[in-house]
Amino acid sequence: MPGPLTDPRGTAAGDTPTRRGTEAALLGFAVLITVVAQAIVDLTVTGSIRPEMAGFSAWIAALWVVAHLVVRKWASYADPLLLPAVALLVGLGLTVIHRLDLAAEQVGSSVTREDAPVQLVWATLGVALFVGLLVTVRDHRALSRFAYTLALLGIVLLALPAVLPASMSEVNGAKIWIRVAGFSIQPGEFAKLCLIVFFAAYLEDKRDVLALASRKVAGLELPRGRDLGPVLLAWVLSILVLVFERDLGSSLLLFGIFVVMLYIATERASWLFIGLGLFAGGALVAYQVFGHVRARVDTWLDPFAYVDGAGYQLVQSLFGLGTGGLFGAGLGGGRPDQVPVAKSDFIASAVGEELGLFGLVAVIVVYLVLVERGLRTSLVVRDPFGKLLAAGLAFAIAWQVFVVLGGVTGLLPLTGLTTPFLAYGGSSLVANFVLVALLVRISDAARRPAAPHAAPVRLGDAPTEVVMP
Amino acid sequence: MSELVLQIFRFGFLLLLWLFIFAAFRVVRADLFGGRTGRVAAVPPRAAAPKKRGQRGPRTLVVTAGPLSGTKITLGDQPILIGRADDSTLVLTDDFASSRHARLTNRGGQWYVEDLGSTNGTYLDQQRVQGPLLVDPGQPIRIGQTALELRS
Repeated sequence: MPGPLTDPRGTAAGDTPTRRGTEAALLGFAVLITVVAQAIVDLTVTGSIRPEMAGFSAWIAALWVVAHLVVRKWASYADPLLLPAVALLVGLGLTVIHRLDLAAEQVGSSVTREDAPVQLVWATLGVALFVGLLVTVRDHRALSRFAYTLALLGIVLLALPAVLPASMSEVNGAKIWIRVAGFSIQPGEFAKLCLIVFFAAYLEDKRDVLALASRKVAGLELPRGRDLGPVLLAWVLSILVLVFERDLGSSLLLFGIFVVMLYIATERASWLFIGLGLFAGGALVAYQVFGHVRARVDTWLDPFAYVDGAGYQLVQSLFGLGTGGLFGAGLGGGRPDQVPVAKSDFIASAVGEELGLFGLVAVIVVYLVLVERGLRTSLVVRDPFGKLLAAGLAFAIAWQVFVVLGGVTGLLPLTGLTTPFLAYGGSSLVANFVLVALLVRISDAARRPAAPHAAPVRLGDAPTEVVMP
Repeated sequence: MSELVLQIFRFGFLLLLWLFIFAAFRVVRADLFGGRTGRVAAVPPRAAAPKKRGQRGPRTLVVTAGPLSGTKITLGDQPILIGRADDSTLVLTDDFASSRHARLTNRGGQWYVEDLGSTNGTYLDQQRVQGPLLVDPGQPIRIGQTALELRS
């Protein structure tokens, strides 16, 4: 891992700007974009702005004001771009969900439930958790003490839907839910976070063994057989998730995160090759053995052959993206409701249809900014646990966006992961708010100037005698 | 809604989105290059570049052994503090390291290592560091289990 001191101003203690003003300005910009987007949708679809608009705008603005004030108070050196990027994505997501609500009303479909207000409530809960985490966890290193507890919690959360009866855990063939009294959550989203914290703490501990003990075979530093244990365990865990919960997405996400964190911790490219090999083997076997995996791959290879069945969604999504073209149909101008479950899994195709390639690329660039800030945090922070944790969290976002967008555009088989912050879905939104809270916490530690200590004496002024060669 | 207004909405909103990204990139840029953006990055002052004799000073400090092995620190003008204290540039987690163990200082493009009164000492090659010593690139500096060297 490149060093702690990549920021040339990092050592200039005292004059490091907190950049909270930048954050406030950009947050304001993000709120403005959200409100404008909502207004455009209303005007385009119904011709007038809905009366709830004022309340909605005030609520959204209040959420980010609270988040900003909390960061200002409890993480004053945090990265200024993390929160605005999230604000923009959440705002755009709410807009697209609202737009799809309107579309459903216009068609007069049987279900006229409004999902945007529900998502707003989830976002509020997310901000509440964000605030709670920043206030309670003052030093990210404290988390490493709970590593094994969190690992256990993560595995329990991951395994819970598998052991629950299908009536309580199965939606559309994937057993990844817990449904109790009308509420449904996806525990896997939270398990992901617990496991990333555990991976970071575990790898910080074991990186030496995993990095140093190796044999050289054909130019690659291969680890010893017994050190393969953890990566095999992660692999088996992913396979078990795939078998018992029929969830391609979480399986892929978990394994990918572990392999990449292993690579970051050890700097050994051989781990990537081992991971890739295990993945290829697992994928091949899964394709042979599991019908649902084979169906996904077949529809991916030729969606138009299955247009009346499994391929319908993907085909509609591709048509939507095609209709959008370069500049899109304009917010409210397209027919994104033609894609089944456009609000959650296929929200990216709705964005692509209404905002076009330029809009979709803008969204991807916002994700890129978010991930870049996460990785940068990982470079700058000066403790190994923080480095690994920040890198893992940032990679989790990047990996998820890649897999989802790949699925929606037909580049990869569909997996059923959610687009972070954008897609409709409470668990995903709340869990990702927690993820960002962790990143904000670590970035605060990374950017905070070193505690004021006696200014280093210049060598020439030092009382020792300078020995010049 | 008239067609013209719709087109204004359509392109205006995309413009707004990209303006946000532009603003975000300005922040990224300011972080990378320092100072205020919108101006051509200042040319480094000539006076501070006397090392014109083809030989450039070391650029990075690399940890070659120990728990932090592989860590690279880009060298600037600032001195580098090494020790167990949280505010050190390189934070060691080693029972044999003191909280403020050693310091590397840049003087005219050359780096000197000083021991800051550590308990177990700092070694340059095999020699225990007493006063400031000139460090050549590739010469190992040992602190407890950690070994460091300068690379150009």
